Amino acid sequence: MKRKNKKAFHGIFNVAFCGLVYLFLFLPISVIVVNSFNATTSKPYLSWKGFTFDWYVELWSNTSLLSAFGNTMIIALVSTILATIIGTLGAVGMYKYKFKGKGILNSLLYIPVVIPEIVLGISLLTIFSNVNIPRGMLTLILSHVTFCVPFVIFNVRARLDGYDNSIEEASMDLGANRIVTFFQVTLPVLAPGIGGGALLAFTLSIDDVIISYFVNGQTKTYPLKVMESIKSGVSPDVNALSTIILIGTIVLVVLTQSNLLKKKKEE
Amino acid sequence: MEKKHSSHQFRSNTLPALVMVGPVALLLVLLVAVPLVYVAVMSFCTTDEYYNVVFKFSLANYGKLLSPDYIKIYGQSILIAFITTLLCILIAYPFSYIIARTKSKRKQLFYMLVIIPFWTNSLIRVYGWRTFLGTNGWLNNALQALHITTEPLDFLYNQGTTVLGMVYCLIPFMILPLYTAIEKLDGSLLEASSDLGAKPVKTFFEVILPLTASGIFSGSIMVFIPCLGYFFVSNILGGGNSDVIGNLIERQFKSGNNWPLGAALSIILILVTLLLVKIYKKLGGDMDSLGV
Repeated sequence: MKRKNKKAFHGIFNVAFCGLVYLFLFLPISVIVVNSFNATTSKPYLSWKGFTFDWYVELWSNTSLLSAFGNTMIIALVSTILATIIGTLGAVGMYKYKFKGKGILNSLLYIPVVIPEIVLGISLLTIFSNVNIPRGMLTLILSHVTFCVPFVIFNVRARLDGYDNSIEEASMDLGANRIVTFFQVTLPVLAPGIGGGALLAFTLSIDDVIISYFVNGQTKTYPLKVMESIKSGVSPDVNALSTIILIGTIVLVVLTQSNLLKKKKEE
Repeated sequence: MEKKHSSHQFRSNTLPALVMVGPVALLLVLLVAVPLVYVAVMSFCTTDEYYNVVFKFSLANYGKLLSPDYIKIYGQSILIAFITTLLCILIAYPFSYIIARTKSKRKQLFYMLVIIPFWTNSLIRVYGWRTFLGTNGWLNNALQALHITTEPLDFLYNQGTTVLGMVYCLIPFMILPLYTAIEKLDGSLLEASSDLGAKPVKTFFEVILPLTASGIFSGSIMVFIPCLGYFFVSNILGGGNSDVIGNLIERQFKSGNNWPLGAALSIILILVTLLLVKIYKKLGGDMDSLGV
Protein backbone atom coordinates (compact mmCIF):
# COMPACT_ATOMS: atom_id res chain seq x y z
CA MET A 1 0.00 0.00 0.00
CA LYS A 2 2.75 2.33 0.93
CA ARG A 3 4.53 1.48 -2.26
CA LYS A 4 1.46 2.26 -4.31
CA ASN A 5 1.16 5.70 -2.74
CA LYS A 6 4.75 6.37 -3.51
CA LYS A 7 4.22 5.44 -7.13
CA ALA A 8 1.19 7.69 -7.42
CA PHE A 9 3.20 10.52 -5.93
CA HIS A 10 5.94 9.90 -8.48
CA GLY A 11 3.37 10.01 -11.25
CA ILE A 12 1.95 13.31 -10.09
CA PHE A 13 5.39 14.78 -9.63
CA ASN A 14 6.43 13.69 -13.15
CA VAL A 15 3.36 15.17 -14.77
CA ALA A 16 3.70 18.42 -12.83
CA PHE A 17 7.38 18.77 -13.61
CA CYS A 18 6.99 18.11 -17.32
CA GLY A 19 3.98 20.39 -17.41
CA LEU A 20 6.07 23.21 -15.99
CA VAL A 21 8.81 22.63 -18.56
CA TYR A 22 6.29 22.69 -21.40
CA LEU A 23 4.77 25.84 -19.93
CA PHE A 24 8.24 27.39 -19.96
CA LEU A 25 8.76 26.34 -23.59
CA PHE A 26 5.38 27.54 -24.83
CA LEU A 27 4.85 30.68 -22.75
CA PRO A 28 6.59 33.15 -25.10
CA ILE A 29 4.84 31.54 -28.04
CA SER A 30 1.46 32.10 -26.48
CA VAL A 31 2.46 35.75 -25.99
CA ILE A 32 3.20 35.99 -29.73
CA VAL A 33 -0.05 34.33 -30.72
CA VAL A 34 -2.18 36.43 -28.37
CA ASN A 35 -0.51 39.68 -29.44
CA SER A 36 -1.17 38.90 -33.08
CA PHE A 37 -4.85 39.47 -32.25
CA ASN A 38 -4.21 42.65 -30.29
CA ALA A 39 -6.18 45.65 -31.58
CA THR A 40 -3.61 48.17 -30.32
CA THR A 41 -2.16 50.51 -32.91
CA SER A 42 0.30 52.47 -30.79
CA LYS A 43 3.93 51.52 -30.26
CA PRO A 44 5.34 49.43 -28.62
CA TYR A 45 2.14 47.44 -29.13
CA LEU A 46 2.05 46.01 -25.64
CA SER A 47 -1.19 47.03 -23.95
CA TRP A 48 -4.23 44.96 -24.81
CA LYS A 49 -6.87 46.92 -26.72
CA GLY A 50 -9.23 44.15 -27.70
CA PHE A 51 -9.45 41.29 -30.16
CA THR A 52 -9.04 41.76 -33.89
CA PHE A 53 -8.11 39.89 -37.06
CA ASP A 54 -6.91 43.16 -38.63
CA TRP A 55 -3.21 42.32 -38.41
CA TYR A 56 -3.72 39.20 -40.48
CA VAL A 57 -5.18 41.44 -43.18
CA GLU A 58 -2.64 44.21 -42.66
CA LEU A 59 0.14 41.67 -43.09
CA TRP A 60 -0.55 41.30 -46.80
CA SER A 61 0.17 44.96 -47.42
CA ASN A 62 3.43 44.92 -45.45
CA THR A 63 5.52 44.27 -48.54
CA SER A 64 8.92 44.62 -46.86
CA LEU A 65 8.01 41.99 -44.27
CA LEU A 66 6.62 39.65 -46.91
CA SER A 67 9.63 40.05 -49.17
CA ALA A 68 11.91 39.38 -46.18
CA PHE A 69 9.95 36.21 -45.52
CA GLY A 70 10.23 35.33 -49.22
CA ASN A 71 14.01 35.80 -49.01
CA THR A 72 14.16 33.53 -45.99
CA MET A 73 12.27 30.80 -47.83
CA ILE A 74 14.41 31.12 -50.97
CA ILE A 75 17.64 31.06 -48.95
CA ALA A 76 16.44 28.11 -46.87
CA LEU A 77 15.32 26.07 -49.88
CA VAL A 78 18.40 26.75 -52.00
CA SER A 79 20.85 26.23 -49.10
CA THR A 80 19.07 23.06 -47.98
CA ILE A 81 19.21 21.57 -51.46
CA LEU A 82 22.87 22.53 -51.96
CA ALA A 83 23.90 21.46 -48.45
CA THR A 84 22.07 18.15 -48.84
CA ILE A 85 23.75 17.36 -52.16
CA ILE A 86 27.23 18.44 -51.06
CA GLY A 87 26.85 16.81 -47.65
CA THR A 88 25.50 13.49 -48.90
CA LEU A 89 28.21 13.16 -51.55
CA GLY A 90 30.83 14.18 -49.01
CA ALA A 91 29.65 11.78 -46.33
CA VAL A 92 29.62 8.81 -48.71
CA GLY A 93 32.92 9.83 -50.28
CA MET A 94 34.62 10.22 -46.92
CA TYR A 95 33.25 6.87 -45.83
CA LYS A 96 34.35 4.97 -48.91
CA TYR A 97 37.62 6.45 -49.98
CA LYS A 98 40.98 7.03 -48.44
CA PHE A 99 42.68 10.23 -49.46
CA LYS A 100 45.25 12.72 -48.27
CA GLY A 101 43.98 15.33 -45.84
CA LYS A 102 40.96 13.30 -44.76
CA GLY A 103 41.74 13.91 -41.11
CA ILE A 104 41.99 17.66 -41.65
CA LEU A 105 38.75 17.69 -43.61
CA ASN A 106 37.09 15.81 -40.77
CA SER A 107 38.26 18.36 -38.21
CA LEU A 108 37.14 21.26 -40.40
CA LEU A 109 33.70 19.68 -40.41
CA TYR A 110 33.30 20.13 -36.68
CA ILE A 111 34.17 23.81 -36.68
CA PRO A 112 30.82 25.23 -37.87
CA VAL A 113 29.04 22.98 -35.37
CA VAL A 114 30.95 23.90 -32.22
CA ILE A 115 32.26 27.38 -32.85
CA PRO A 116 30.01 30.25 -31.69
CA GLU A 117 27.95 31.43 -34.65
CA ILE A 118 29.19 34.96 -34.23
CA VAL A 119 32.76 33.86 -34.99
CA LEU A 120 31.65 32.11 -38.16
CA GLY A 121 29.59 35.16 -39.07
CA ILE A 122 32.38 37.70 -38.70
CA SER A 123 34.96 35.45 -40.38
CA LEU A 124 32.68 35.09 -43.41
CA LEU A 125 32.04 38.84 -43.39
CA THR A 126 35.75 39.66 -43.39
CA ILE A 127 36.52 37.23 -46.21
CA PHE A 128 33.56 38.36 -48.35
CA SER A 129 34.59 41.96 -47.94
CA ASN A 130 38.22 41.13 -48.68
CA VAL A 131 37.46 39.46 -51.99
CA ASN A 132 34.77 42.04 -52.77
CA ILE A 133 31.80 39.74 -53.11
CA PRO A 134 28.80 42.05 -52.84
CA ARG A 135 26.84 41.08 -49.76
CA GLY A 136 23.31 39.90 -50.37
CA MET A 137 21.48 36.76 -51.43
CA LEU A 138 24.65 35.10 -52.71
CA THR A 139 26.67 35.58 -49.54
CA LEU A 140 23.66 34.59 -47.42
CA ILE A 141 23.23 31.35 -49.35
CA LEU A 142 26.98 30.56 -49.29
CA SER A 143 27.04 31.13 -45.52
CA HIS A 144 23.94 29.05 -44.87
CA VAL A 145 25.29 26.18 -46.95
CA THR A 146 28.51 26.38 -44.92
CA PHE A 147 26.86 25.95 -41.54
CA CYS A 148 24.32 23.40 -42.78
CA VAL A 149 26.65 20.96 -44.55
CA PRO A 150 28.21 19.42 -41.41
CA PHE A 151 24.77 18.62 -39.98
CA VAL A 152 23.81 16.82 -43.18
CA ILE A 153 27.07 14.89 -43.12
CA PHE A 154 26.66 13.78 -39.49
CA ASN A 155 23.13 12.59 -40.14
CA VAL A 156 24.11 10.67 -43.27
CA ARG A 157 27.13 9.25 -41.47
CA ALA A 158 24.95 7.93 -38.67
CA ARG A 159 23.18 5.86 -41.35
CA LEU A 160 26.46 4.78 -42.91
CA ASP A 161 27.58 3.27 -39.61
CA GLY A 162 25.59 0.16 -40.16
CA TYR A 163 26.00 0.25 -43.91
CA ASP A 164 26.84 -2.96 -45.70
CA ASN A 165 29.35 -2.27 -48.45
CA SER A 166 28.75 -5.61 -50.08
CA ILE A 167 25.40 -4.54 -51.51
CA GLU A 168 27.22 -1.98 -53.64
CA GLU A 169 29.73 -4.55 -54.72
CA ALA A 170 26.90 -6.89 -55.61
CA SER A 171 25.28 -4.17 -57.70
CA MET A 172 28.50 -3.47 -59.57
CA ASP A 173 29.26 -7.15 -60.04
CA LEU A 174 25.82 -7.49 -61.57
CA GLY A 175 26.86 -4.93 -64.13
CA ALA A 176 25.57 -1.62 -62.80
CA ASN A 177 28.03 1.24 -63.07
CA ARG A 178 28.99 3.54 -60.19
CA ILE A 179 26.38 6.18 -60.93
CA VAL A 180 23.51 3.75 -61.26
CA THR A 181 24.67 2.01 -58.09
CA PHE A 182 24.84 5.29 -56.20
CA PHE A 183 21.31 6.33 -57.16
CA GLN A 184 19.63 2.94 -56.98
CA VAL A 185 21.45 1.20 -54.16
CA THR A 186 23.31 3.68 -51.95
CA LEU A 187 20.83 6.56 -51.85
CA PRO A 188 17.72 4.54 -50.89
CA VAL A 189 19.58 3.04 -47.92
CA LEU A 190 20.77 6.45 -46.76
CA ALA A 191 17.44 8.20 -47.40
CA PRO A 192 16.35 8.55 -43.74
CA GLY A 193 19.69 10.12 -42.81
CA ILE A 194 19.57 12.44 -45.80
CA GLY A 195 16.00 13.43 -44.98
CA GLY A 196 16.86 14.08 -41.33
CA GLY A 197 19.89 16.13 -42.33
CA ALA A 198 17.90 18.15 -44.85
CA LEU A 199 15.17 18.88 -42.32
CA LEU A 200 17.75 20.02 -39.78
CA ALA A 201 19.47 22.19 -42.41
CA PHE A 202 16.17 23.81 -43.33
CA THR A 203 15.30 24.47 -39.68
CA LEU A 204 18.71 26.00 -38.99
CA SER A 205 18.53 28.16 -42.08
CA ILE A 206 15.08 29.69 -41.53
CA ASP A 207 15.91 30.54 -37.91
CA ASP A 208 19.42 31.86 -38.43
CA VAL A 209 19.92 35.34 -37.06
CA ILE A 210 23.53 35.71 -36.06
CA ILE A 211 25.38 34.65 -39.21
CA SER A 212 22.87 36.35 -41.52
CA TYR A 213 23.21 39.54 -39.48
CA PHE A 214 26.84 39.87 -40.56
CA VAL A 215 26.70 38.76 -44.20
CA ASN A 216 23.35 40.13 -45.41
CA GLY A 217 24.33 43.53 -46.85
CA GLN A 218 21.04 45.22 -47.76
CA THR A 219 19.08 41.99 -48.11
CA LYS A 220 16.67 41.39 -45.25
CA THR A 221 15.58 37.99 -44.07
CA TYR A 222 12.59 37.42 -41.86
CA PRO A 223 14.65 36.98 -38.64
CA LEU A 224 16.61 40.13 -39.47
CA LYS A 225 13.36 41.98 -40.03
CA VAL A 226 12.25 40.85 -36.58
CA MET A 227 15.54 42.05 -35.14
CA GLU A 228 15.03 45.44 -36.73
CA SER A 229 11.48 45.72 -35.44
CA ILE A 230 12.45 44.82 -31.87
CA LYS A 231 13.98 48.25 -31.36
CA SER A 232 10.66 50.02 -31.83
CA GLY A 233 8.46 47.22 -30.51
CA VAL A 234 7.46 44.20 -32.56
CA SER A 235 4.30 45.13 -34.43
CA PRO A 236 1.38 42.71 -34.30
CA ASP A 237 1.64 41.89 -38.00
CA VAL A 238 5.07 40.36 -37.33
CA ASN A 239 3.34 38.32 -34.61
CA ALA A 240 0.64 37.41 -37.10
CA LEU A 241 3.19 36.13 -39.60
CA SER A 242 4.96 34.16 -36.85
CA THR A 243 1.65 32.62 -35.84
CA ILE A 244 0.93 31.59 -39.41
CA ILE A 245 4.40 30.05 -39.69
CA LEU A 246 3.90 28.21 -36.39
CA ILE A 247 0.55 26.79 -37.44
CA GLY A 248 1.99 25.88 -40.83
CA THR A 249 4.83 23.89 -39.30
CA ILE A 250 2.54 22.15 -36.82
CA VAL A 251 0.22 21.11 -39.64
CA LEU A 252 3.22 19.88 -41.60
CA VAL A 253 4.48 17.88 -38.63
CA VAL A 254 1.09 16.35 -37.89
CA LEU A 255 0.71 15.34 -41.54
CA THR A 256 4.16 13.76 -41.83
CA GLN A 257 3.89 12.11 -38.41
CA SER A 258 0.51 10.56 -39.16
CA ASN A 259 1.88 9.42 -42.51
CA LEU A 260 4.82 7.78 -40.76
CA LEU A 261 2.50 6.15 -38.26
CA LYS A 262 0.35 4.78 -41.08
CA LYS A 263 3.40 3.36 -42.80
CA LYS A 264 4.53 1.76 -39.56
CA LYS A 265 1.14 0.16 -39.09
CA GLU A 266 1.13 -1.16 -42.65
CA GLU A 267 4.50 -2.74 -42.05
CA MET B 1 36.09 -13.95 -54.40
CA GLU B 2 39.19 -13.67 -56.52
CA LYS B 3 37.28 -12.22 -59.44
CA LYS B 4 35.79 -9.52 -57.27
CA HIS B 5 39.18 -8.57 -56.05
CA SER B 6 40.65 -8.15 -59.50
CA SER B 7 37.69 -6.21 -60.83
CA HIS B 8 38.19 -3.75 -57.99
CA GLN B 9 41.72 -3.06 -58.93
CA PHE B 10 40.62 -1.95 -62.35
CA ARG B 11 38.30 0.67 -60.95
CA SER B 12 40.29 3.77 -60.23
CA ASN B 13 39.05 5.62 -57.18
CA THR B 14 40.58 9.03 -57.84
CA LEU B 15 37.82 10.50 -59.97
CA PRO B 16 34.85 9.32 -57.87
CA ALA B 17 36.60 10.42 -54.69
CA LEU B 18 37.21 13.84 -56.20
CA VAL B 19 33.62 14.22 -57.39
CA MET B 20 32.21 13.24 -54.01
CA VAL B 21 34.59 14.85 -51.58
CA GLY B 22 35.72 17.77 -53.75
CA PRO B 23 32.72 20.07 -53.20
CA VAL B 24 32.66 19.70 -49.42
CA ALA B 25 36.44 20.07 -49.21
CA LEU B 26 36.33 23.22 -51.33
CA LEU B 27 33.52 24.65 -49.23
CA LEU B 28 35.18 23.95 -45.90
CA VAL B 29 38.55 25.24 -46.99
CA LEU B 30 37.29 28.42 -48.65
CA LEU B 31 34.49 29.30 -46.25
CA VAL B 32 35.71 27.92 -42.92
CA ALA B 33 39.48 27.47 -42.85
CA VAL B 34 40.56 30.49 -44.90
CA PRO B 35 38.16 32.93 -43.17
CA LEU B 36 39.31 31.80 -39.73
CA VAL B 37 42.95 32.14 -40.66
CA TYR B 38 42.13 35.56 -42.06
CA VAL B 39 40.50 36.56 -38.77
CA ALA B 40 43.60 35.41 -36.92
CA VAL B 41 45.78 37.54 -39.22
CA MET B 42 43.45 40.50 -38.87
CA SER B 43 43.66 40.31 -35.09
CA PHE B 44 47.28 41.48 -35.42
CA CYS B 45 46.38 44.44 -37.64
CA THR B 46 45.31 48.00 -36.91
CA THR B 47 42.96 50.53 -38.50
CA ASP B 48 43.55 53.95 -40.01
CA GLU B 49 41.47 57.00 -39.09
CA TYR B 50 38.75 55.95 -41.60
CA TYR B 51 38.42 52.57 -39.90
CA ASN B 52 40.05 50.75 -42.80
CA VAL B 53 42.05 47.71 -41.83
CA VAL B 54 45.79 48.38 -42.08
CA PHE B 55 47.90 45.26 -42.50
CA LYS B 56 50.78 46.14 -40.25
CA PHE B 57 51.82 43.80 -37.46
CA SER B 58 50.73 45.05 -34.08
CA LEU B 59 49.92 43.57 -30.72
CA ALA B 60 47.80 46.58 -29.79
CA ASN B 61 44.50 44.66 -30.01
CA TYR B 62 45.75 41.98 -27.66
CA GLY B 63 46.83 44.71 -25.28
CA LYS B 64 43.29 46.07 -25.35
CA LEU B 65 41.89 42.63 -24.58
CA LEU B 66 43.46 42.92 -21.16
CA SER B 67 41.66 46.11 -20.19
CA PRO B 68 39.76 45.74 -16.91
CA ASP B 69 36.42 46.55 -18.58
CA TYR B 70 36.84 43.65 -20.96
CA ILE B 71 38.09 41.25 -18.33
CA LYS B 72 34.99 41.96 -16.29
CA ILE B 73 32.83 41.02 -19.29
CA TYR B 74 34.75 37.77 -19.89
CA GLY B 75 34.08 36.92 -16.26
CA GLN B 76 30.37 37.67 -16.35
CA SER B 77 30.09 35.99 -19.74
CA ILE B 78 31.55 32.77 -18.38
CA LEU B 79 29.41 33.06 -15.27
CA ILE B 80 26.25 33.46 -17.39
CA ALA B 81 27.26 30.52 -19.58
CA PHE B 82 28.06 28.38 -16.54
CA ILE B 83 24.78 29.09 -14.74
CA THR B 84 22.86 28.58 -17.98
CA THR B 85 24.51 25.20 -18.55
CA LEU B 86 23.89 24.14 -14.96
CA LEU B 87 20.22 25.14 -15.11
CA CYS B 88 19.84 23.39 -18.44
CA ILE B 89 21.19 20.15 -16.93
CA LEU B 90 19.02 20.43 -13.83
CA ILE B 91 15.86 21.02 -15.85
CA ALA B 92 16.61 18.88 -18.90
CA TYR B 93 17.83 15.75 -17.10
CA PRO B 94 14.70 14.86 -15.13
CA PHE B 95 12.53 16.08 -17.98
CA SER B 96 14.32 13.97 -20.59
CA TYR B 97 14.33 11.03 -18.21
CA ILE B 98 10.59 11.17 -17.75
CA ILE B 99 9.72 11.55 -21.43
CA ALA B 100 12.34 9.08 -22.67
CA ARG B 101 11.21 6.31 -20.31
CA THR B 102 7.49 6.91 -20.34
CA LYS B 103 5.37 3.99 -21.46
CA SER B 104 2.75 6.37 -22.76
CA LYS B 105 1.61 5.99 -26.35
CA ARG B 106 2.10 9.72 -26.79
CA LYS B 107 5.85 9.56 -26.32
CA GLN B 108 6.45 10.74 -29.89
CA LEU B 109 4.17 13.71 -29.25
CA PHE B 110 6.03 14.64 -26.04
CA TYR B 111 9.26 14.68 -28.03
CA MET B 112 7.79 16.77 -30.84
CA LEU B 113 6.42 19.27 -28.33
CA VAL B 114 10.00 20.06 -27.34
CA ILE B 115 10.97 20.80 -30.92
CA ILE B 116 7.91 22.71 -32.14
CA PRO B 117 8.65 25.97 -30.26
CA PHE B 118 11.99 26.11 -32.03
CA TRP B 119 10.36 26.46 -35.39
CA THR B 120 9.26 29.91 -34.40
CA ASN B 121 11.97 32.49 -34.83
CA SER B 122 14.19 32.62 -31.76
CA LEU B 123 14.36 36.43 -31.63
CA ILE B 124 10.64 36.81 -31.49
CA ARG B 125 10.37 34.17 -28.77
CA VAL B 126 12.96 35.98 -26.68
CA TYR B 127 10.99 39.15 -27.30
CA GLY B 128 7.94 37.23 -26.09
CA TRP B 129 9.67 36.91 -22.71
CA ARG B 130 10.21 40.65 -22.66
CA THR B 131 6.53 41.19 -23.33
CA PHE B 132 5.62 38.73 -20.61
CA LEU B 133 7.94 40.14 -17.97
CA GLY B 134 7.78 43.85 -18.80
CA THR B 135 6.35 46.48 -16.45
CA ASN B 136 3.20 46.44 -18.58
CA GLY B 137 3.47 42.72 -19.22
CA TRP B 138 1.27 39.75 -18.46
CA LEU B 139 3.00 38.81 -15.24
CA ASN B 140 2.81 42.27 -13.70
CA ASN B 141 -0.80 42.68 -14.84
CA ALA B 142 -1.68 39.35 -13.28
CA LEU B 143 0.10 40.15 -10.01
CA GLN B 144 -1.69 43.47 -9.77
CA ALA B 145 -5.05 42.02 -10.72
CA LEU B 146 -4.63 39.44 -7.96
CA HIS B 147 -3.63 42.24 -5.56
CA ILE B 148 -0.34 40.58 -4.81
CA THR B 149 1.51 43.71 -5.81
CA THR B 150 0.31 47.29 -6.13
CA GLU B 151 2.95 48.58 -8.50
CA PRO B 152 4.60 46.95 -11.50
CA LEU B 153 7.82 45.16 -10.57
CA ASP B 154 11.02 45.41 -12.54
CA PHE B 155 11.72 41.86 -13.64
CA LEU B 156 13.64 42.74 -16.76
CA TYR B 157 17.08 43.88 -17.77
CA ASN B 158 19.40 42.06 -15.41
CA GLN B 159 21.67 39.04 -15.49
CA GLY B 160 18.81 36.86 -14.30
CA THR B 161 16.64 37.61 -17.32
CA THR B 162 19.64 37.14 -19.62
CA VAL B 163 20.18 33.69 -18.11
CA LEU B 164 16.47 32.98 -18.52
CA GLY B 165 16.68 33.87 -22.22
CA MET B 166 19.82 31.78 -22.70
CA VAL B 167 18.29 28.75 -20.97
CA TYR B 168 15.19 29.21 -23.07
CA CYS B 169 17.11 29.36 -26.37
CA LEU B 170 19.57 26.60 -25.62
CA ILE B 171 17.71 24.00 -23.54
CA PRO B 172 16.70 21.84 -26.53
CA PHE B 173 20.41 21.27 -27.17
CA MET B 174 20.54 19.71 -23.71
CA ILE B 175 17.24 17.84 -23.90
CA LEU B 176 17.88 16.13 -27.23
CA PRO B 177 21.23 14.45 -26.46
CA LEU B 178 20.01 13.51 -22.98
CA TYR B 179 16.85 12.04 -24.43
CA THR B 180 18.91 9.97 -26.85
CA ALA B 181 21.29 8.76 -24.11
CA ILE B 182 18.50 7.93 -21.65
CA GLU B 183 16.40 6.15 -24.25
CA LYS B 184 19.32 3.85 -24.98
CA LEU B 185 19.53 2.84 -21.29
CA ASP B 186 18.86 -0.83 -20.87
CA GLY B 187 15.98 -1.21 -18.43
CA SER B 188 17.23 -4.60 -17.27
CA LEU B 189 20.38 -2.98 -15.88
CA LEU B 190 18.26 -0.81 -13.61
CA GLU B 191 16.27 -3.84 -12.48
CA ALA B 192 19.46 -5.78 -11.88
CA SER B 193 20.80 -2.96 -9.77
CA SER B 194 17.69 -2.78 -7.60
CA ASP B 195 17.40 -6.59 -7.42
CA LEU B 196 20.91 -6.65 -6.06
CA GLY B 197 19.74 -4.36 -3.31
CA ALA B 198 20.90 -0.96 -4.49
CA LYS B 199 18.78 1.96 -3.34
CA PRO B 200 17.39 4.19 -6.12
CA VAL B 201 19.91 6.91 -5.26
CA LYS B 202 22.77 4.47 -5.58
CA THR B 203 21.39 3.06 -8.82
CA PHE B 204 21.17 6.59 -10.16
CA PHE B 205 24.72 7.60 -9.30
CA GLU B 206 26.41 4.31 -10.09
CA VAL B 207 24.44 3.01 -13.05
CA ILE B 208 22.23 5.61 -14.68
CA LEU B 209 24.44 8.67 -14.45
CA PRO B 210 27.63 7.08 -15.82
CA LEU B 211 25.68 5.56 -18.71
CA THR B 212 24.08 8.86 -19.64
CA ALA B 213 27.06 11.11 -18.94
CA SER B 214 27.81 11.32 -22.67
CA GLY B 215 24.51 13.15 -23.14
CA ILE B 216 25.37 15.62 -20.38
CA PHE B 217 28.79 16.26 -21.89
CA SER B 218 27.62 16.88 -25.44
CA GLY B 219 24.66 18.91 -24.19
CA SER B 220 26.96 21.06 -22.07
CA ILE B 221 29.24 21.79 -25.01
CA MET B 222 26.28 22.74 -27.17
CA VAL B 223 24.89 25.05 -24.46
CA PHE B 224 27.98 26.61 -22.92
CA ILE B 225 29.80 27.67 -26.09
CA PRO B 226 26.91 29.37 -27.94
CA CYS B 227 26.02 31.16 -24.71
CA LEU B 228 29.26 33.15 -24.92
CA GLY B 229 28.24 34.46 -28.34
CA TYR B 230 24.45 34.99 -28.12
CA PHE B 231 24.56 38.76 -28.13
CA PHE B 232 20.92 39.15 -29.12
CA VAL B 233 19.66 37.57 -25.89
CA SER B 234 21.46 40.06 -23.68
CA ASN B 235 20.48 42.85 -26.10
CA ILE B 236 16.80 42.05 -25.69
CA LEU B 237 16.59 40.89 -22.08
CA GLY B 238 19.79 42.02 -20.41
CA GLY B 239 20.68 45.16 -18.55
CA GLY B 240 24.00 46.85 -18.01
CA ASN B 241 25.69 43.84 -16.45
CA SER B 242 24.73 41.10 -18.83
CA ASP B 243 26.90 41.58 -21.89
CA VAL B 244 28.60 38.45 -23.14
CA ILE B 245 31.74 38.27 -25.29
CA GLY B 246 29.45 38.16 -28.36
CA ASN B 247 28.23 41.68 -27.55
CA LEU B 248 31.80 42.98 -27.59
CA ILE B 249 32.50 41.37 -30.95
CA GLU B 250 29.22 42.54 -32.45
CA ARG B 251 29.94 46.12 -31.45
CA GLN B 252 33.39 46.12 -33.08
CA PHE B 253 32.01 44.78 -36.34
CA LYS B 254 28.93 46.98 -36.45
CA SER B 255 28.87 50.31 -34.63
CA GLY B 256 32.48 50.38 -33.39
CA ASN B 257 33.92 49.56 -36.79
CA ASN B 258 37.20 48.28 -35.40
CA TRP B 259 37.41 44.93 -37.17
CA PRO B 260 40.92 44.00 -35.99
CA LEU B 261 39.88 44.44 -32.34
CA GLY B 262 36.73 42.41 -33.04
CA ALA B 263 38.92 39.75 -34.63
CA ALA B 264 41.14 39.60 -31.55
CA LEU B 265 38.06 39.22 -29.35
CA SER B 266 36.91 36.37 -31.60
CA ILE B 267 40.23 34.64 -31.03
CA ILE B 268 39.29 34.38 -27.35
CA LEU B 269 36.10 32.56 -28.29
CA ILE B 270 38.00 30.28 -30.65
CA LEU B 271 40.49 29.40 -27.91
CA VAL B 272 37.74 28.73 -25.36
CA THR B 273 35.99 26.50 -27.91
CA LEU B 274 39.18 24.55 -28.64
CA LEU B 275 39.84 24.08 -24.94
CA LEU B 276 36.34 22.83 -24.20
CA VAL B 277 36.31 20.50 -27.21
CA LYS B 278 39.62 19.10 -26.03
CA ILE B 279 38.20 18.42 -22.57
CA TYR B 280 35.10 16.93 -24.15
CA LYS B 281 37.17 14.53 -26.25
CA LYS B 282 39.30 13.62 -23.26
CA LEU B 283 36.14 12.67 -21.38
CA GLY B 284 35.40 10.28 -24.22
CA GLY B 285 32.93 12.51 -26.06
CA ASP B 286 32.04 11.65 -29.63
CA MET B 287 32.30 14.64 -31.96
CA ASP B 288 29.68 13.34 -34.39
CA SER B 289 27.02 13.25 -31.71
CA LEU B 290 27.25 17.04 -31.43
CA GLY B 291 25.63 17.48 -34.79
CA VAL B 292 22.83 14.94 -34.91
